[in-house]
Amino acid sequence: MSGSQEIRTQIASIQNTQKITKAMEMVAASKMKKAQDQMTKARPYADKILNVIKHLAHAHPEYTSEFFAQRDVSKKGYIIISSDRGLCGGLNNNLFKLVVENIEKDSSSSIKPAFSLIGGKASSFFQRMGGDVIAQTSQLGDKPKIEQVLGLIKNTIDSFISKDIDEVYIVYNKFINTVSQEPIVQKVLPIQTEDKNEEYDYYWDYLYEPDAEAVLESLFTRYIESLIYRGLVENLACEQASRMVAMKAASDNASDLISELQLIYNKNRQAAITQEISEIISGAAAL
Amino acid sequence: MADKIRLEIVSAEEELFSEDVEMVYAPAEMGEVGVSPKHTPLITKLKPGDVRAQISKDEMKTFYVSGGILEIQPNEVTILSDTAIREDDLDEERALEAERQAKEAMKNSSSEIDSSKAKTELLQAAAQLRLIKKLRSNTKK
Repeated sequence: MSGSQEIRTQIASIQNTQKITKAMEMVAASKMKKAQDQMTKARPYADKILNVIKHLAHAHPEYTSEFFAQRDVSKKGYIIISSDRGLCGGLNNNLFKLVVENIEKDSSSSIKPAFSLIGGKASSFFQRMGGDVIAQTSQLGDKPKIEQVLGLIKNTIDSFISKDIDEVYIVYNKFINTVSQEPIVQKVLPIQTEDKNEEYDYYWDYLYEPDAEAVLESLFTRYIESLIYRGLVENLACEQASRMVAMKAASDNASDLISELQLIYNKNRQAAITQEISEIISGAAAL
Repeated sequence: MADKIRLEIVSAEEELFSEDVEMVYAPAEMGEVGVSPKHTPLITKLKPGDVRAQISKDEMKTFYVSGGILEIQPNEVTILSDTAIREDDLDEERALEAERQAKEAMKNSSSEIDSSKAKTELLQAAAQLRLIKKLRSNTKK
C-alpha cells in the first residue's frame, strides 16, 4: 500500500500549490484593475502636455532646444522598464530579448548601448550582460509615484544633453488587453514632433515668463517624465495581467495533475481490494 | 453672461479639474497671474501655491499645486501640475541616488549570481533530504 500513501501525499502537496496559485491569480486580477485605473488617470496629463508641445511646434520659438538635437549616433540610451518580481510568464524575457536584438543589430554599425534600469529583473539581467548602466532604481511597488523615477530620468537626460548618449529609447510592455502584451521600443530623445510642416496662416509665439529657455526646458523634462511614467504604469498593468494568466494556467495544470493522480490512486486501491478478496476466497476454498 | 475660459488642471497621476470658468489666478514664478478669457498665449512655470478658479460670481474653487507649468491659449488654460515638490537641489539628490544605486548594483552583480547559486544548492539539499526521508520510511516497513 506504500504506493497509495505516496500518491496521497503528492495529491495533497499539489492541492496546496494550487491554493497558492489560485490566490495569486485573484490578487493579480485585482491589482491589474488598479493598474489599469492608474493608466487611464495618467492619460489626460500626457495628452495635455503633448498638446502644448504641438502648439509650440506651430509657434516659432526663437530658442531651439537641446532636446531636439539630432546627432550622429554612437551610443544609444535605453530606459528599460521591467517588473520587480517574477512569476509573470515570459513578460520580462520577451522584453529583454527585444532589447538584445536591437543592440546586436546596432553593434554591426558599432553603436554602443547604455542602460537606465527600472525594476529588479532588468537590473539583474543587464548587469549580467554587462554594459554601461547610467542609473538604476527598483522596488517601486504596486502604485509607482513619479518621484521614484525622477532621479533616473534626470541622469538620463543629463547624459543626453552632455552628449554622452545620442539617442534615448524607452522599452516597456504595451498593454493591449488582458491576454496580450507587446514589448515595444519607443524613441524619446531627441523629441519628435510629427506635423511640423503643417502651415499656419499667421505667425505667433508665446509670451515666456521668465524666459523661453527655462520654461521650455522644464516643459520638455516633464514631457519625458510623463512618457516614462506612462510606460511604468502600463508595464505594471502588463505584469499583473501576465501574472494572472500564468497563475491561471498553473492552477489548471494542477487540476489536471490532481485528477490524473486521483485516478491512479483509485485504481491502486481497487486492485488492492480485489487482491485481498481473492486471497480470502482462495484461502476459504483451500479449507 | 460673462465670457468663460476652459480650465484644465492635470497632474501626471490624475485629472484634477476640467470646467469653464470666468477667471483663473495662478502662482506663476514671476508673481501671481490672473487670466481672463481671450488672454494672449503665454507659457510659464508655476511655483508651489494656490490656483484659484472663479467658476461664477460667487463660486470660487482653490487647488494646491506644488509647482508645474501653466499654458494659456485664448480660450483655454492648461495647468500641468507637479505631484512632487521640485527643487533643483532635490532633483540633483534624486539623480545622485539613482546613480549610486546603479554603481552598487554593478558591484553586487556577483552576489546576484551567488544568490542564484545558493538557490540551486538549497534545492539540491532539499531533494537530498526528501530522498533520505523516503529511504527511512521504506526501511521501517
